[in-house]
Amino acid sequence: MSILLETILKAVMFVVLALAGFAYTTWIERRLISRMQSRIGPNRVGPQGLLQPVAEGLKLIFKESITPAQADKFVYMLAPMLAVIPALALFAVIPISNHSFFNLAGGVDTAVLYVLAILGTAVYGIALAGWSSNNKYATLGGLRAAAQVISYELAMSLALVAVVLMAGSASMNVIIEKQLPGNILGWFIFRQPIAAALFAITALAELARSPFDLVEAEQELTAGYMTEYGGMKFALFFMSEYVKMIALSGLFTVFFLGGWSGPFVGDSWPLGLVYFSIKVLLCLMVMVWVRATLPRFRYDKLMAFGWKRLLPIALANVVITAALIAFGVPGYK
Amino acid sequence: MASDYLPVGILILLATALAFLIVLISILFGPKRHAQKTKRVQPYESGMQAIGPGQRRLPVRFYLVAVLFILFDIEIIFFYPWAVALRALGPGGFLAMLSFMTILVVGFVWVWKKGALEWESMDK
Repeated sequence: MSILLETILKAVMFVVLALAGFAYTTWIERRLISRMQSRIGPNRVGPQGLLQPVAEGLKLIFKESITPAQADKFVYMLAPMLAVIPALALFAVIPISNHSFFNLAGGVDTAVLYVLAILGTAVYGIALAGWSSNNKYATLGGLRAAAQVISYELAMSLALVAVVLMAGSASMNVIIEKQLPGNILGWFIFRQPIAAALFAITALAELARSPFDLVEAEQELTAGYMTEYGGMKFALFFMSEYVKMIALSGLFTVFFLGGWSGPFVGDSWPLGLVYFSIKVLLCLMVMVWVRATLPRFRYDKLMAFGWKRLLPIALANVVITAALIAFGVPGYK
Repeated sequence: MASDYLPVGILILLATALAFLIVLISILFGPKRHAQKTKRVQPYESGMQAIGPGQRRLPVRFYLVAVLFILFDIEIIFFYPWAVALRALGPGGFLAMLSFMTILVVGFVWVWKKGALEWESMDK
């Protein structure tokens, strides 16, 4: 019984952390991107604008909940929930510190497969939102999103095969342990740079973030699949997007940046939490930086890039890595 | 161990409860202005009167991408058990998988040459 209670407590903590992270990721993104564009960004609500996310959350709560007349009412209601549940569920397999209290199920043997499965189900929320709105922009946005996400998921799966090959296990705990041989060069970003680059690119595409944000290309599609959503239902999509951003940054940290590892981490567990947070924060800032830097892809180029470039590169990377391991090349044993 | 997956189940349940709660909050606290009688529930089409239905016939490309995704994704999933066991299998396991990969690549090249990966290009 106490194990059940402890697990529930842990899960609640993860959800709270994810939501707090979501609120302040929006703040970081807006402040940072403003600086990059020579603006100041939100700085009026609280010191440095730190209460801005709270103010906006409150505002959205008191918005009217509108259902468009032409929409499929049940699916329209369901879609935002289907978007946010997989985003939060991703955290189940991300260990955020070496203490067992900060690790929900990172030790299960199928953790990497679980990540891929959950990312696959995340498409439903978006595709159903586009379909049920019964609006031209929303339908096109939903379709584009679905096609883009599943196309890039192939390259992502193959990039992760290389990580699993290196670790010899699909469990997150083992993947982190295999990156701990004393120095920073043990991290998979140095031993699997191609897989790391592929994962970073496909993660941006899965998130439909710039430069892959055709899903909500304002000039062509208004707000894409979110066009007909308002109030808290819109907030749910927003939440799923940012929670997924944090989750994928966390996954990048676990797969390629050694997770919670760092100097003296064995001595005290709060250090692991600090290292993990710093690494995730760096990933998030790179995403914002990319958004401020790169223009958007054209849709046919986007699909061609995923299928004709990333997929063959990922396959070649798997073959080479597997050959190095199978023939026992030193350093890959 | 099945009990190792208990946290996963609990987290998903929690996430579901949270999603329901948030939708419920907006219904409880939002103003009720009988929006259904106003123009605000009309489909948004940049301020114009909506022309025609919201869903029209869709390019078959999207369907093709979905079919190809299922084929390749299933093939990629087969790599995972092999990737975990490769150290135990040794060079023999690598060569066996190479033959499977060859079939996959032949299929991929065929799909590519057939033009299934071509989106309607604007370059022509």
